[in-house]
Parts: sequence; structure tokens; C-alpha cells
Amino acid sequence: MLTEEMQVVFDYPDALTEETTHYCPGCTHGIIHRLVAETIDELGIREKTIGVAPVGCAVFIYNYFDTDFCEAAHGRAPAMATGIKRALPDRVVFTYQGDGDLAAIGTAEIIHAAARGENITVVFVNNAVYGMTSGQMAPTTLPGMKTTTTPTGRDVEIAGYPIRMCELLAQLSGASYIVRRSVHDPGNINRTKKALKTAFRAQLNQAGFSLVEILSSCPTNWGMSPRDALTFVKEKMIPYYPLGDYKVAEAVKTIAQ
Amino acid sequence: MKEFWKGNEAIAEAALRAGLEAYFGYPITPQTELLEYLAKHMPPQGRAFVQAESEVAAINMVYGAACAGARVMSSSSSPGVSLMQEGLSYIAGSEVPVVLVDIMRGGPGLGNIAPSQGDYFQLTKGGGHGDYHPIVLAPASVQEAVDLTYGAFDLAEKYRWIVIVAADGNIGQMMEPIELPPPRRVERRDRGWELTGAQGRPRRVITSIYLQPEALHQYNEHLQRKQREIEKHEVRYSEYLMEDAEYAIVAFGTSARVSQTAIKWARAKGIRVGLFRPISLYPFPYARVAAISQRVRAILVVEMNSGQMIEDVRLGALDRVPISFFGTMGGLVPLPDDVLPAIEKMVQ
Amino acid sequence: MHHEIIISGFGGQGALFAGQLLAYAALAEDRHVTWIPSYGPEMRGGTANCTVIISDEEIGSPLVRNPTAAIVMNPPSFDRFEPLVKPGGVLIVNTSLVSSESKRSDIRVVKAQANELAAELGAAQMANVVLVGALVAATGMLKFETLDRVLDEHISARHRDKLDSNKAALRRGAALARP
Repeated sequence: MLTEEMQVVFDYPDALTEETTHYCPGCTHGIIHRLVAETIDELGIREKTIGVAPVGCAVFIYNYFDTDFCEAAHGRAPAMATGIKRALPDRVVFTYQGDGDLAAIGTAEIIHAAARGENITVVFVNNAVYGMTSGQMAPTTLPGMKTTTTPTGRDVEIAGYPIRMCELLAQLSGASYIVRRSVHDPGNINRTKKALKTAFRAQLNQAGFSLVEILSSCPTNWGMSPRDALTFVKEKMIPYYPLGDYKVAEAVKTIAQ
Repeated sequence: MKEFWKGNEAIAEAALRAGLEAYFGYPITPQTELLEYLAKHMPPQGRAFVQAESEVAAINMVYGAACAGARVMSSSSSPGVSLMQEGLSYIAGSEVPVVLVDIMRGGPGLGNIAPSQGDYFQLTKGGGHGDYHPIVLAPASVQEAVDLTYGAFDLAEKYRWIVIVAADGNIGQMMEPIELPPPRRVERRDRGWELTGAQGRPRRVITSIYLQPEALHQYNEHLQRKQREIEKHEVRYSEYLMEDAEYAIVAFGTSARVSQTAIKWARAKGIRVGLFRPISLYPFPYARVAAISQRVRAILVVEMNSGQMIEDVRLGALDRVPISFFGTMGGLVPLPDDVLPAIEKMVQ
Repeated sequence: MHHEIIISGFGGQGALFAGQLLAYAALAEDRHVTWIPSYGPEMRGGTANCTVIISDEEIGSPLVRNPTAAIVMNPPSFDRFEPLVKPGGVLIVNTSLVSSESKRSDIRVVKAQANELAAELGAAQMANVVLVGALVAATGMLKFETLDRVLDEHISARHRDKLDSNKAALRRGAALARP
């Protein structure tokens, strides 16, 4: 029972269901889900939001969000979101995609959704590995990083170089807001939340394509403790994938303030 | 009042008149006029038109718009439809209504842009992974292409299923006099499944994933019951000079029209041959083929491929009568001059 | 009546429009009609052609091997279609470009220096219309008044000033074909 002196400072987001997630211990998907849910709550858009789930670890995201949701084929979420948004322009449409989904099999779809300035929001979770299929090389796997398909470490002579998606997408005129954040410590979690809110607000303001890339850890497939995995994000991932704002269109600058 | 229309444009206009709300496509010959026609007419009418980056993206945009409850379609030609098979499988697995027009061309591979019926297998047998058969309707004239397209949206919504209008390059490129149906505005209403935002109702999820084998088995049983319903109610065919026929040609689309002329010539030579033309390729009219096989002496199957529908004709006719085949591949259209000798050979 | 017509020429000579002119007129006279252009393999050799079928009965095959009439506007079209015209049929040859002589005695051959005749009437681009005039006069398949009406309705705004010249071109072609 709340008294006059007590007030709620932390609560379960309305936009989340009470379903227990299937994510591994130490995985940061749970944090990111919560940040997206808080954003939806704070913007008061739960009843007009439609999510598009990826193929990857977040394939069951629709079980955890109390919004309408559909499940895309691997990599096709931006195309599916395009169809929904064009059919229902006044709804809020977001995709939630991993690095394999967005930066490998779905590269064409994400680039063209951005190029069209498709008025959707993309939550891009980059943990440098294929998690669901248990640890194969991703398009964002760091050079030298061991995975089940780069057992001696990613050799760029054989496997090529990781893709920096924000840098790539920021070149496109249709993109309105392209930023990279991380969730390896509380300060960065707060900055990620702010970025998500700006991205959704960009959509609400018809600004065009918005994407927040979030560096995330995968203790299970990296073979590390959750704490070591967060340190790896900070010390290894961020140097290759610098955090920052890669594109903030004029129309979004005022929103971000 | 009849008007003279090109097949591709007539199909596009029929879709508009059926209340098409959203179209997503990619240029490919010989269907491109369809895309171009809609590009010209949809945006001024406030309807959604997107030229996608690929057929893969196009069908997934269609999937999304269908999930959002829109009357939606795409169109393509054979190689593009191959690319769409992934999305079509997901659409079948999610039971959302979608219309697709395939203006078939020669294959395999890049093949060519000439008319073909080589997509029979990929359209009627599912094409993508898993167990499903889209409804496949094959017009033999521009008018029929218009009528089938106009009705395809209601049919797709009735069963929450894929309806494919399967024409070939001939029908897409040909001009014929047609009568266009009246324009319809379809009232958007909640049918209990579409994703519109969970306002004042529990959230909805559209997915094709059922991780537990038992659950996926049960879901497939549900889909199969739907297929049986479709097979029971949606069989369509047409017959020409079959009343007194001693011999039958079975052909669809353009090859049926060509056969019709050959039949006229054969009749003039005293050969009592008729035409059985399946309009629904799925559901295939097995029962009618079975009945015909009990009263004719032989069947000739004519197709613009190496013999695809003939497998279904054999399933219908079994071993009751000899079944012969005449086909052209590579985008060659058979001429009546080619079909007549095949009729004469069947009669011998 | 039942006419199967192939019209063939280089791209830009207006073979497809000539076919549509016939087809629209056939529709205006309540006939069954199909018009189908060549595309794909038919384009080899640099020619574009269309097949028009006009009939009192429902049309089966929209394509034929042996047309009852053909208009050949250039040498490759002559080589290809001259041997294919049905015995008793009509071949209209654009002798402005085709110098070969038909050796067939079982068809009627009408020669028209269509480019020059059209130029005399104001525009060499109307050669196709001259040839259509010859075809219609040789076969009697359609009324000239109907063709006039179709020209009224279908000539593009850009060529509107040439409407009367086009009608004259039809007559000029017809004069060549009348026995």
C-alpha cells in the first residue's frame, strides 16, 4: 500500500508481458527489451505499436511485449515493417533485429528501408555472433574472434572484415537517426534508453528511418562469465564499433534535445 | 461497352477495381506493365505503391501489409516468383490473405522472357518449404484474367490464403476486348486477426513458428483441413465440345486456346475431340478428369512445358485411358498446326 | 469472316500501331479480335511484329503459323513471312525497303512504295497507315469509315495535326490494292 510519503520509482513496464524470457543468464537482450518497453510506455504508444520479430535469439520477442507483433522471415523484418507501415501509416512500427539478421541475410532489406526513408524504427542488437544457432561467425564478429565457424579466430584473409552498419547506413539520405550505443554499464544503459526514445519520437514526427545499434554481450557463445563479457564489450567491441551519433537529421535534432 | 486492353494493364485495373489498397513489386519482363500501371494510378488515389529492392523484399512487404489487414498484391514473372517462395511459405504458415499474379516466362535459370507454363509445379505444389498449396487460377484470355483477379481478393480473404493468378507472357502482352467490373471500395473492418495495434483489445501475434513438434503437427492438420475445404468448394474448369467427345485434350491457359483451334480443325476432319480446361490448377479438378477418362478413348495433354500438369491428369485418369503429351519449352508457344498432328496421332 | 494478319517491320516503323488500328476498328465493328505483339525471341533479327486475328467467332489461338494476310515492311520481314502466307492470302510489301520479288503465284501480292507515298502526303512515318489501307482494300475486312473513326479516337495529341493526312494515307494505300 502506497502512502503519501512513498511513490513508485521503479515498476514493471506495461508494454512487457509477465512471461519469463528464454534468454541465457547474463544476456543483455533482457535489458534492451526493458528499455524498448519503457520507451513505449513513456510515449504512450503501446496500443498503436506493431513490432516485427527477427529470426535469431529474439525470435520469441513477441511473447514478451504486450503489443501486436508479427514474426518475419530471417532478415526480412524491414520489408515486412514497410508493408505494415504503408498499410497503416499512423501506427508505430518497429523491428528488433540481431547482427546476423540485419547485417548478413537482411542487408538488402535494411539498406533499402533506410534509403526509402521508411518511417520505421529499428532496434539493432549487435553481439558479434550468431547466438540462436550457438556461436557461428556473424557479419560483425571481430577479427581474431573465435566462433564455431572461425575456430582459430576470424581470419580476415579468409572470412573478410566485420561490417560497421551505422557508418554504412549514415550515408543514406533517407536515414534520419542512426546511432550506436552500448548496455555494458548503467551510464551507457541510460544513454541507450535516451537514444531509443529519440528514435521512436523521430518516427512519431514522420522524420523517416531511425536505427539504434546496441552493442550487446553473449556470455554463452563467447565462453565468458557475464562480467567478463561486459568487459569484452567495453574493451574489444567499442574500439571497433565506436559509440556515437552517426546521423542525426535536422528534424531529429530538435527532438533529441 | 467493351474496351480494348492489354492483359497486364487489364489485370492491374481489375485489382484496383477490386479494392487493392497496397502493391509491392519489382520490374521483370513480361509483367512490367502491370507494375507500371499501378505506379501511375495508385499514389494519386492514396493507395500504397512501393517498388521494392527485390522480389524477396516485395513479397515480405506484401506479407506485412497483409498482416496489417490491407487488400494487397504483388506481381512478377517466373524467376521473381522463385525468389518469392520463401515469403509465400511464411504467408501460408501465417494464414494471411495475399494475391499474387505470375506472368510466366521460360526457364530454368534466367531462361528468357517468352511465354511459358513452366511454373505449374512451383505454383501448385507449394513451391516454398512445408505443406501448403496456394489456390492457383489460370486464365486463358484477358477477360478471364480480369475476372479471376477481381475475384481473387475475396477468395484470398475467405480462406485467409494465397491466391495466385497464373497467366503467361501471351496473356500479359495480348490485347483483347474486355468488360471491366465495377470499382469497389472495401470497407476496412476488424476480422479478429489483423495487427492494428492492441487498442482496447488483447494483443495479437501473427507468426508461423510452432517450436513443439506436436503443436506444429496440429497446426498443419488445421491447414490441411483448410486445403480440403478449398478442394471441395473451389474447383473450376471449362469444357469445349466435350458432350460428344471420343477424345479429350486437357490444357490450361494459352495452350488451351491454341488447342481449341486445333480441335476445330480436327472436328472438320471428323475427329470427335473436345477440350477440358482446368481453370483452378490447385485445387485440380481430379474428379472431372476421372469422369472424362471413363468415357473417352484417349487423352492428350498440351502444355508449354515438359509435362507438369500431366502428372495431375494421370492422378485423375489413372490407367483408364492412354494419355499422351505434346509440349513446347523455352518460351515457344505451340501453334494449332503443331497440336493437330498430336491429335491425329492420339486417334490412331 | 476470319482474318489472321501479321504485320512486321523494324522497330519504329509502326507495325504494332498498324495492328492496333486494325484491332480497334474490328472492335468498333463488333468482331472478336486479338492483338499480340512479338517480344522475346521474336525480336531477333531486329524486327517487331504483331499478330491480329479478326473473326466472327470466338478466337482460339491468338497466334498462327500461316496468316491469311501479312504486311512486310522491311527485308527480314519479307524473308520470314512471304513463304508463310496461306494460299489464297494477301501479302502487302513495302517496296520502299524491300527489293525482293515474291515468287508465289498462290497469293495476291500488293506492292506499295509506302515511305514515298506517305512522304508525299506529309510524313514518311505514315507508311504503316498506307500499308494498312492497302490491306483493308485488298481483303475488305473492315470499313474505311470505321478506320477513320479509330484514327479520330486514337491518334496521339502530338500527331493530331496529321489526322487528315493519315486518313488520306489510308485511301492512298487502298487505291493501290483495288483490282
